[in-house]
Amino acid sequence: MIPEFGFGIAILSFLVAIYSIVAAIYGATKKSPSMVESARRGMLLTFPLLTLSAAVLIYLLVNNHFEVAFVYDVTSRSMPTYLKVTAWWGGQAGSLLFWSWLLSAFASAVTLRKWDRDVEFLPWVVVICSVTLVFFLGMVVFYENPFTRYWLVNGNVEPHMFQPALATLFTPGDGNGLNPLLRHPGMIIHPPMLYLGFVSYVIPYAFAMAALITGRTDDRWIRLTRRWSLWAWLFLSAGLVLGGRWAYDVLGWGGYWGWDPVEIAAFMPWLTGTAFLHSVMIQEKRGLLKHWNMVLVIMTYELVIFGTFLTRSGVLSSVHAFANSPIGPLFMGYVSATLIGSIALVIYRWPTLRGETEMKSMLSREALFLLNNLLFISVLVICFVGVIFPLVSELLTGQKVTVGPPFYERATAPIFASLMFLMGVAPLSAWGNSTVKTLGRAMWKSAVLAGIVTVALFFTFTRNYIALAGFFLVALVLSVTLQEFWRGVRARQRAQNESFFTSLVRLMGRNRRRYGGYIIHISMMLMAIGILGIELFQTETQGTLAAGESTKIAEYNLVFKDVASWDNNDLEVNFTRATIQVYKGDQYIIDLHPRKDMYFSGQPMSIPGVYSNLQDDLYILLVDWQPISSTAATFKIFVNPLVNWLWLGSVLFLLGIIFTAWPDRDPAEETSRRSVTRNANQPSAAD
Amino acid sequence: MTEEKTNEKKGMPIMTQVFIWVFVVGLLVLVAFGLRRAQNPMVVVGKPIPDFNLVFYEGYEYNGQKEVKLSDLQGKVVLVNVWASWCKPCEQEAPDLQAAWELLKDSGDVVFVGVDYVDTPAGASEYLTKFNITFPNAPDLKSNISSILNRQMGVPETYIIDRKGILQQIQIGPFTSTEEIVFIIQSIQ
Amino acid sequence: MKKFLYAFAFVFIFSTFFTGLALAQSNVVTDDEVNAIAHKLYCPVCQNTPLDVCPTDACHDWREQIRGMIAEGKTEDEILQYFVDQFGDRVLSAPPVSTKFNWIIYILPPIIILAGAIILFRSLREWTTPKTIEAGLGADGSESSASQDDYVARLEEELKKQK
Repeated sequence: MIPEFGFGIAILSFLVAIYSIVAAIYGATKKSPSMVESARRGMLLTFPLLTLSAAVLIYLLVNNHFEVAFVYDVTSRSMPTYLKVTAWWGGQAGSLLFWSWLLSAFASAVTLRKWDRDVEFLPWVVVICSVTLVFFLGMVVFYENPFTRYWLVNGNVEPHMFQPALATLFTPGDGNGLNPLLRHPGMIIHPPMLYLGFVSYVIPYAFAMAALITGRTDDRWIRLTRRWSLWAWLFLSAGLVLGGRWAYDVLGWGGYWGWDPVEIAAFMPWLTGTAFLHSVMIQEKRGLLKHWNMVLVIMTYELVIFGTFLTRSGVLSSVHAFANSPIGPLFMGYVSATLIGSIALVIYRWPTLRGETEMKSMLSREALFLLNNLLFISVLVICFVGVIFPLVSELLTGQKVTVGPPFYERATAPIFASLMFLMGVAPLSAWGNSTVKTLGRAMWKSAVLAGIVTVALFFTFTRNYIALAGFFLVALVLSVTLQEFWRGVRARQRAQNESFFTSLVRLMGRNRRRYGGYIIHISMMLMAIGILGIELFQTETQGTLAAGESTKIAEYNLVFKDVASWDNNDLEVNFTRATIQVYKGDQYIIDLHPRKDMYFSGQPMSIPGVYSNLQDDLYILLVDWQPISSTAATFKIFVNPLVNWLWLGSVLFLLGIIFTAWPDRDPAEETSRRSVTRNANQPSAAD
Repeated sequence: MTEEKTNEKKGMPIMTQVFIWVFVVGLLVLVAFGLRRAQNPMVVVGKPIPDFNLVFYEGYEYNGQKEVKLSDLQGKVVLVNVWASWCKPCEQEAPDLQAAWELLKDSGDVVFVGVDYVDTPAGASEYLTKFNITFPNAPDLKSNISSILNRQMGVPETYIIDRKGILQQIQIGPFTSTEEIVFIIQSIQ
Repeated sequence: MKKFLYAFAFVFIFSTFFTGLALAQSNVVTDDEVNAIAHKLYCPVCQNTPLDVCPTDACHDWREQIRGMIAEGKTEDEILQYFVDQFGDRVLSAPPVSTKFNWIIYILPPIIILAGAIILFRSLREWTTPKTIEAGLGADGSESSASQDDYVARLEEELKKQK
């Protein structure tokens, strides 16, 4: 009875969401506040309903109800309880329910706000959120039901939701268990982070559509959703960063980002989201680019749906079951319908989306932001073409192709370099107007400093001019950005007679978006150092060592001591662990233990032995080993220079976003700032 | 992006609209067809199979020929078995396939062909020797055959085609016994 | 693009220089030589896994095959071509330019980006026509020459407001 209950609740919330759509449209068109209120309550009701449905699923997962097909697929008796709970999003059916649950939570949160003068948006926001919810719940209810159970029908085991005639329930003794690769902490948090990011972008889209439908296309919708898009960006960024860390720790190829279509699917909405983050500022400050912001928010939403589709549908991986699944066509249909609808609305409202003021200089900050948008969209174009090309190639020529890292790296590297350069210039340019002269005056010190750093690196570290160009840009941006902090603090100190530290804290606290943005820029540069290091200077070697033998890589001496293998029956895994002594020159540093876990299910997993420091990572993988008699083992050894700057930068990056997105304590301050920024002549310093 | 200098509120020029719609709809159609192609195998039970070429391994031939087209085999019941030397379930069914072939080959009415899906020559010849496979075998050059049969090939897969060249059965995964194979072939004959 | 080829060549030389290990003997093909080629190939049976890091038995066999081919004196290009002939273009990490169709992927993104740049540039020029200065915003023309003094003055003014 329990699975039927969970399923019934899911159907109920599906119906409630449909009711909300109908009631909201009726209420909005017939100007009936009570119908709109009813729609809003319907929207609010989906959250407790889906929470209950999800609770049922978690109950089934935790209590080993293997008669439920989804539970059988993703859990096993040996898994600890917390993993059983997180197995909720470990498979397709569960993750679609998870998506729906998150969406209902966010939609409820947004409908609970005080609407006051924005009440005309409300019904349409409810409609857009509910339509999205109905789509995802519809798939849960009709096609990917996590509550389906196994039944014995005429001696065959078949999955059905309800008991077929003359069938008895079939309960397998144990489940398949979650893929061990997915048991890494990064992988447990990574999908929910991505989903949180994906789902939060539904809210800005809903407001954008509401603005288009009602014709209230001023920047109100942007102000209302500004924080939503920041949080969405935070979650998406966290998801990407955690995914990278997971790949580095678990996938055993010494890298963090493989330009895999599934990774790119999550990266694409991040690109449009980042472009959006910058271009909304132009609309807020200058009233320009209204249509462009609409286009960006629509693209982000469609890419979110498309990304969920790519990552979840298995269209890109060889999953047999998918061949006959209706999920693909459904997603395609939904993306097409919403895309066409949104574009039609934008075209319909085109005249009201015209800019209020005009641009005065090609070097003004808004012009540079536009250039930034062009660059982000360029990366998006490259990614999209790369992801789609194999499909198209197979369609038109019958030939399967792979689009891998060499393509993406070559195509995007110059664009990323240009973006870095922009990060060095844009903070110095003013809203409204800048000239080469003013920019040059503001920049020359930083440029000279970066030049000195580059020359120093040329003589001490590397003659690789790609790397030198990269480090020049890093030094330039760091210097420009830190100088911005310095100038702000100095100015404040002079005015307020405060200590340096107090000044810094107050300055940043008062201009959180501006200085949060700078922190993010700095973190990007730290990440760039790491990426330049691992991409351009990674060394690797592979070789077989007998016990006691040693090998050398970069400045490390490695002595292979022994390798041991044992079974752990509780975890259903065979561990093989090698011991390697690491010396730097003659100086002993540490013992490393690269491991190979062979799960009884046949899934292998390599756990690298890693020695990390700010200079580099020594990353050792156990590739192969001989039986005990000969005690020889094969290792793959990477030295990844500077890679820890990437992780350091990632942490700072997330902190920077949190700093920027954190809700303001004092709403009065918020309004006063807004009234100030309304002024088109607002200088850049006040942001 | 077609800002006029007048302050008049003007709609988007019609040509721009046409261009946008053609681009968007074209893109969607292209992706939709690409997905459909990626999702659906090109062969369906009850329909003819597109033709492909078989270039046999050293030591194998069909009627003295080193190379045949699938269409050359029309008039006979054809069993196409796709395998690989790294595939464990394939090893399980290989003796059954060979035994079934020995039972059926003298009728002159049945052809078995093995297609070796992405493999190493050394592995393939070891496998063929180990199981004493006597029916002709060919590598899946450039993955041309597997991309016709099933782009998401998971070996072993077996395709049984009747005398008219119509696909009659697809077996995903290994056969369990010699009798099963013989029974299926005979039910088609 | 040439810069990158150069960079790759550089990294290659750099890495072989540092990895000339004790393992290397004159007539034995080292794992590093095998991996250098395997890295440019994708596993034909797994999704998106380069051959040098693919853990499956099948990939192990292919790596051994590469080792054999190197020992026979085959060049890298010959080995790559062999894999393409056997398994198709998908074993390469990027679409080869050997077919006309594959040119699309190299040409299309630059065309779209260029088109975007042209649209952006033209719009910018329209927006920055001198006419806008007549619009009575002359005051901020002087203000926006963001010299150090202006900056400090503005900031101080801003801080007073907030006090």
